[in-house]
Amino acid sequence: MALITDNLPLIFAALMAVSILAYVILDGYDLGVGMLMAQGNRAERDRMISTIGPFWDANETWLVLGIGLLLVAFPAAHGLILTELYLPVALMLLGLTLRGVAFEFRVKAQTRYQGAWDWAFVGGSLLTALTQGYMLGRYIMGFQPGFWPEIFAIAAGFGLAASYAFVGSTWLLAKTEGPLQARAVGWAQATLLLTLVSMLAVSIATPLVSPRIFERWFSFPNIIGLLPIPIMTGAFFLALWVFLKRMPRADHSLDIVPFLGAMALFTLGFLGLAYSFYPYIVPERLTITAAASAPESLWIILLGAVFVLPFIAGYTAFSYYVFRGKARDLRYD
Amino acid sequence: MDPILLARIQFGANISFHILFPTITIALGWVLLFIKLRFNATKDDAWMNAYRFLVKVFALSFALGVVSGITMSFQFGTNWPGFMERVGNIAGPLLAYEVLTAFFLEATFLGIMLFGFRRVPNWVHTMATFLVAFGTTMSAFWILVLNSWMHTPAGFELRDGVAHATDWWAIIFNPSMPYRLAHMLLASGLTCAFLIAGLSAWRWLRGDQGRDVAIALRLGVTLGAVLIPVQILVGDLHGLNTLEHQPAKVAAMEGNWETRGNVPLVLFAIPNERERRNDYAIEIPNGASLILKHDPAGVVPGLNEFKGQHPPVAPVFYAFRIMVGMGMAMLAISWLGSFYLWRRGALPKLVLWGLVAMTFSGWIATLAGWYVTEIGRQPWLVTGVLTTAQAASAVPAAMIGTTLAMYLAIYAVLLVAYVSVLFHLAKKGGNPPAAPAPAPMRLQPAE
Repeated sequence: MALITDNLPLIFAALMAVSILAYVILDGYDLGVGMLMAQGNRAERDRMISTIGPFWDANETWLVLGIGLLLVAFPAAHGLILTELYLPVALMLLGLTLRGVAFEFRVKAQTRYQGAWDWAFVGGSLLTALTQGYMLGRYIMGFQPGFWPEIFAIAAGFGLAASYAFVGSTWLLAKTEGPLQARAVGWAQATLLLTLVSMLAVSIATPLVSPRIFERWFSFPNIIGLLPIPIMTGAFFLALWVFLKRMPRADHSLDIVPFLGAMALFTLGFLGLAYSFYPYIVPERLTITAAASAPESLWIILLGAVFVLPFIAGYTAFSYYVFRGKARDLRYD
Repeated sequence: MDPILLARIQFGANISFHILFPTITIALGWVLLFIKLRFNATKDDAWMNAYRFLVKVFALSFALGVVSGITMSFQFGTNWPGFMERVGNIAGPLLAYEVLTAFFLEATFLGIMLFGFRRVPNWVHTMATFLVAFGTTMSAFWILVLNSWMHTPAGFELRDGVAHATDWWAIIFNPSMPYRLAHMLLASGLTCAFLIAGLSAWRWLRGDQGRDVAIALRLGVTLGAVLIPVQILVGDLHGLNTLEHQPAKVAAMEGNWETRGNVPLVLFAIPNERERRNDYAIEIPNGASLILKHDPAGVVPGLNEFKGQHPPVAPVFYAFRIMVGMGMAMLAISWLGSFYLWRRGALPKLVLWGLVAMTFSGWIATLAGWYVTEIGRQPWLVTGVLTTAQAASAVPAAMIGTTLAMYLAIYAVLLVAYVSVLFHLAKKGGNPPAAPAPAPMRLQPAE
């Protein structure tokens, strides 16, 4: 018991990290598909939506859980971070709102407005991805003001948008077939390269910004133990590139592989960032332990989470099972 | 402009916009379950057609509720950082339980409920409908626990100004929670009843007189007629509970300035806070004493007892009258409608048009009721523990103003789009599906 109580801040940091990673992958593919819709005609857009329709709402809930855990477990950090990011958060909420309601309006509204809602869907997805990437960039820069940190954050916005588009196109590879799938191969190849550039840029910038992070990665013997992270990341990039060259395949049994590869890439990138910033929750300003709220409240939440999360995992798996295989038309009847 | 006022307007605008949609979906989930069960029992396609129309309304309302709810989850922190700092140990776990037990459940099974009809056995689809309804209700439960605790806090102690939980049972079942929860769930039922009745009446008037429309119309009118007297009773009990715990709020609702007996019921007046009296009052002698104390001579606390510590009188006073007035209109039309349905089996045109006009009456009553209770809590955010001003953030007024303008613009667009699309759906509702004839409904498990 004492062991858990002493480590509650760490446990909650881990729970929050898992939520954010789940969000980035899951809503990442939704948002990616949303942005890629700019490329499709009406029929293709319908099909693309049908690959994410049953899932997007639950995917977005991981953001609510992640931000909720930050608010509940680390109120001091929540205050600092959200005050720094007040405007990009507001813009992200605008993006999420447009994207979320466009799901419904694009099919239910009067025919003459449906095209406009399609664009609201694309624009909302893009705005969400850009602002989230921008916020990540600001976070990596430790919220420093100045020209170059701003430029980096803006570039990070495009980087994350490209990465979401990548995971979105691998999702389309898994859930579509025929000409749309063939187009998705091209999208996946292009965005894979952009993702590679973005991850490299972040990997170079992070240690340059902070001597502490440089020390954590490049001092001996850390560097030996950490080497597998960049090596595995590189290997996944290469393997994905090779695999995508051979798509689309006549045999559809391996269509899910690029998506799994994208998940692995996101996870590795996330681990790298988590390692860089640990033990800080607000870079160089506030540690996980210092920001944590009272243990008795964290205990109550932990009990609930331990009890409920397996159910959530179970019915999420059930939902993916029900809508397994290639997406069909979304119909209410 | 004052940043606290801006932050309040922003949060108030957002939460007002948000509540419109859960108010519909909480009850509509159960109505859909009822309709689905009727279909399962009768195998009558009219029920399933009614389901198909209303499930579209549900999906649209749910999406709007989700996106505005996400905005709220951020605004708790951005607008009221002091709230989490001071009472986060109580509010945090309640919000976390809402996410864990409600949000994932409803979001996940909504996918199956909407798009899974031909992919899962019928009983799984019915079960998904149940779980969505259950999830929306769980969500209402947790958020109303938190809201009630802010009105009537219990089960905690203050250490260095920070609230620490001592008794979770007392926190959850705090004094106003049962009344507030019942009042809100009934409000949801009524909002949903009048929405269904209004949209169905409109379809009927347009000549779309299929049995599914008749079923929905009868369901809406009957549900309204049954719930409204219960709501009036529960509202009265809630008021008595408020009198016990937040007398200043009731004094503002009644427009009663002096603590005294034989307090009249003020039907209408213009509260004059500067002179501390009511202008142009129309009153029923002893009415307020009778309602609040069940005794014409009953002594009712007045606003002057709480000088400097009571809410602004006019908004609470007016909002209360709007809510009650809306309730009376609901009572009149739903009972009139039920009478015609009972005696003649049909509704005259005038009543149908009345129902159309009352389609969103539930929204007006619900919003007015929330303004009564929330503005009525001022100057407190958590009664006796934390004032609204103490919880406000340091974000500059210009930034709050900019984002406020953005939110207001988008909410205005979405509200117009929502209402017009509802009527558009109602217009299309009776048309046969454009797609190839629906495959025969599968009632046996597949594969």
